[in-house]
Amino acid sequence: MRFGVVVFPGTWSDCDFHYVISEVLHQPVQYVWHRERELAPFDCVVLPGGFSYGDYLRAGAVAGRSPVVEALGDFVARGGLVLGSCNGFQILCEAGLLPGVLTRNECLQYRCQSTHLVVENVETPFTRGLRPGQILTMPISHGEGKYYADPETLARLKQQNLVVFRYAAADGSVTRASNPNGSLDNIAGIVNPEGTVLGMMPHPERASETAMGGTDGLLMFQSLLGSLVEDGSFLKR
Amino acid sequence: MKVRVLVRLKPGIMDVQGAAVKRALAGLGFSELKDLRVGKVIDVDVADATPQEARTRVGEMCRQLLANPILEDYTIETVDDLAPREAGR
Repeated sequence: MRFGVVVFPGTWSDCDFHYVISEVLHQPVQYVWHRERELAPFDCVVLPGGFSYGDYLRAGAVAGRSPVVEALGDFVARGGLVLGSCNGFQILCEAGLLPGVLTRNECLQYRCQSTHLVVENVETPFTRGLRPGQILTMPISHGEGKYYADPETLARLKQQNLVVFRYAAADGSVTRASNPNGSLDNIAGIVNPEGTVLGMMPHPERASETAMGGTDGLLMFQSLLGSLVEDGSFLKR
Repeated sequence: MKVRVLVRLKPGIMDVQGAAVKRALAGLGFSELKDLRVGKVIDVDVADATPQEARTRVGEMCRQLLANPILEDYTIETVDDLAPREAGR
């Protein structure tokens, strides 16, 4: 599977994603500068975490209108996969590729900690190797990760099963105490109705080797690889 | 043509920044403080435009980038609104 890792001025998780894809998964990967529009060489484009354009105006706002993100619309329409983590999730929301918005953490603190996630939707290329209700451990590292959407959007997310991950306690129960940022309904990650664009605040690339303290993030990458069939297309949902 | 954009969080959206500032002011003894919300001011200078044209273009800027319609409302003031408050600036 050919991966492209997008780099904006201020991106900081690009090297981590590149390392995991090339050294842990042994898959071809290239950096993609934010001014590029050519995404045809890739099966999956990653929008990593960081502070794109300094997060000026709003987190992900300027990046959400950059040439590479404008090109994502066509890329997605042709069946390409997009994984946005942390700032990447904020950018996908600002660009309108996913609904809702990420706002300042309710606690006002920048939260850098390990979290438990309960898997809600396994019918995506990113989660097809998981089981519903499975509990993953991954770190978060953000100041603006409180997911918000209007009531109609939230109802649609639930009705179409588009919430992929929720913050949970170690036993999988979704509680207020296990919500690190005040996210609506403990939402940690959502997907588009086609299942091809996933946005999540946690960092799978920082949980992909035992030396990092966990390998649950790797399960997502392995799901992705498992969804690629020999002719280069993806398994249908 | 100088135009000022005021971006505010919509009513009902929790303003955690405003709440922190409010607490700090209460700590300074401003006990009469009922509510406080923090917004943004964006000053834009549009070339070769009438107030109406500038207002239209800046409205487009707000819809495309300057404000996020899920969270924020915006108001646009042209120089007519700003003067004489800021005449000569």
